[in-house]
Amino acid sequence: MASITIRDVKKSYAKMQVVHGVDLDIRSGEFVVILGPSGCGKSTLLRMIAGLEDISGGEIAIDGTVVNKLEPRERGCAMVFQNYALYPHMSVAQNIGYSLKVAGVPAAERQLRIQAVARTLELEQLLDRRPMALSGGQRQRVAMGRAMIREPKVFLFDEPLSNLDAKLRVQMRSEIRKLHRRLNATSVFVTHDQVEAMTLADRLVVMNGGRVEQVGTPGEIYTRPASRFVATFVGAPAMNILEGTVDLDGLSLLGGSRRLTIARAGLPVGTKVAMGVRPEAVRLVAPGTAGALKATVDLVEELGAGRVIYVDLDGAPFSVMTSEAVHPEPGSAVGLKLSPDDMHFFSSETGTRLDVFKASVPEPAL
Amino acid sequence: MVERTPFLNFFTHLILFVGFVFCVAPFVVVAIAASHNLRDVNDVPMSLLPGNDFWVNIKTAWTTADLGPKLLNSFIMAAGVAAGKVIISALTAFSIVYFRYPGRTFIFWLIFVTLMLPLEVRIVPTYAVVADVLSPYQAILDVTGLSWLIEKVSGVHVSLSLGLLNSYTGLIMPLIATATGTFLYRQFFLTVPDELTEAARMDGAGALRFFIDILLPLSRNNMAALGTIMFLWAWNQYLWPLLITTDQSHATAVTELKQLIPNVGGIPEWHIAMAGTLIVMLPPLVVVVAMQRWFVRGLIATEK
Repeated sequence: MASITIRDVKKSYAKMQVVHGVDLDIRSGEFVVILGPSGCGKSTLLRMIAGLEDISGGEIAIDGTVVNKLEPRERGCAMVFQNYALYPHMSVAQNIGYSLKVAGVPAAERQLRIQAVARTLELEQLLDRRPMALSGGQRQRVAMGRAMIREPKVFLFDEPLSNLDAKLRVQMRSEIRKLHRRLNATSVFVTHDQVEAMTLADRLVVMNGGRVEQVGTPGEIYTRPASRFVATFVGAPAMNILEGTVDLDGLSLLGGSRRLTIARAGLPVGTKVAMGVRPEAVRLVAPGTAGALKATVDLVEELGAGRVIYVDLDGAPFSVMTSEAVHPEPGSAVGLKLSPDDMHFFSSETGTRLDVFKASVPEPAL
Repeated sequence: MVERTPFLNFFTHLILFVGFVFCVAPFVVVAIAASHNLRDVNDVPMSLLPGNDFWVNIKTAWTTADLGPKLLNSFIMAAGVAAGKVIISALTAFSIVYFRYPGRTFIFWLIFVTLMLPLEVRIVPTYAVVADVLSPYQAILDVTGLSWLIEKVSGVHVSLSLGLLNSYTGLIMPLIATATGTFLYRQFFLTVPDELTEAARMDGAGALRFFIDILLPLSRNNMAALGTIMFLWAWNQYLWPLLITTDQSHATAVTELKQLIPNVGGIPEWHIAMAGTLIVMLPPLVVVVAMQRWFVRGLIATEK
């Protein structure tokens, strides 16, 4: 178990900078998930912690020791790779035990520890097999065993589930979670899959374009996204965003066709603001209901437990998620009811969250 | 998907068969000639029905050219070249692919250039070096006046020399130092996924450990293929062994075949020469057959 401290870490390749000064504190025993679209620098950050990439600037410390110049093996990290990276010419047992062999652990002790790890991961029947003869899920478990056997201070996962099919992914997800609860080792997990991120994380780090957008519990990230990027990236279907402009007594939305009466809290008239509402926070009402927005149905997506209704709101796309048994026909009119508590406001310029509105929201009239 | 029609099947097999006959016919003629006696082998045209003297001719060829020790020499040379080549190619390719150091590209090109300088081109300087490996160092000492200085100071006359003529080392070493194997390995190492290298680093394996534990086992098919090719190539060497083995004790089987070929005006003992040829051809054939399983696997297997 170990804490990880990341201070102003940067990474550049030749002339291209891919990580722009990341600060992050990971507590001992914590399960941290780094979430972001591909190319956001999340894997690079993980590989810098592992020691597979040089650190161009800043400092990474594990348990208070700066590891910038240490070899991977001296850092006490174990890593699970996306395509497993099992040694094809070794049996499962040899794969799992290789790090012990390198470390010079006697064969007898090695066998005991391999057996113990195999029992935990239910690999006992497969110890003599070659990776070629294993299924994807089994390979994944061997890769985890290879990481576990070293009893590392830190577990690093580089999108380990993205090569599995949907069912296995869910199963492996809960296995990783259970494993973490039992071993309680500090873990850093990189993924672009938000469901994976939400379900696994104690704390979630959302990255974009080489910067950290927000750090928080999955709940915080979902209910109080710190930026427009986080708001639209986390949650499916994505949060609805309506562009607006601050006027004398509220917001003018959708190019002036809708108005939102709201205290403008010192923002100058003419400031561009984006208002966001999650599809699941919108209520579907009969068209013409007082205080409801009128919209036209474009498409209904059936999900079984609920349905996503895509509507057209004066030319802007908008989605509503409902679990009620309503099946509006495409082309028909519906009413949408929004509550001020569910509205998020972001600066259109910088994308950062604006909480100034929230404090003094009166009942809005739309 | 390849089309399957009876006509095409027949036609492709016909081409295959013609090619086979074309390749095998000379060997069949050699074998038949080796079974005739002196009179029959010189008939024009020679009878294509086998004679009865095959084993007699083989025995005569074996004793005349003293093939026993010569085959052993050939084997030592070919095996030495094959082994040396496999080791040195794997090491150089490992260095070029897995390490970043100043001058890497330059060294790569130096190795590349040796492809354009086969043994035949550099045979005179190579011979000079093998004749006295230390002569360049002696030259440096003489030119810089160091040997004069040493002689003045200590009274010892410096005279370095190490001749490798008529030795296995001299036979083998110059044939090892070429680039073909390095390229074969380089191409293979480039296909080994980076994540495997990284996994080994995370497991704590250093460079040499990774090379021995991971890369070499993965490239064993490659090794078998390269080893086989190099064994055949070295076995068939003629010019180099001929040049540096002035003494019979280190002569190879291929150069000794010359002994069996009748001189102009001598007795035309072509049946003995053909029998000797058959004997000398046999060991490489055995190697190919033995290695074939690995060889083919090296060419078709795509182990992930």
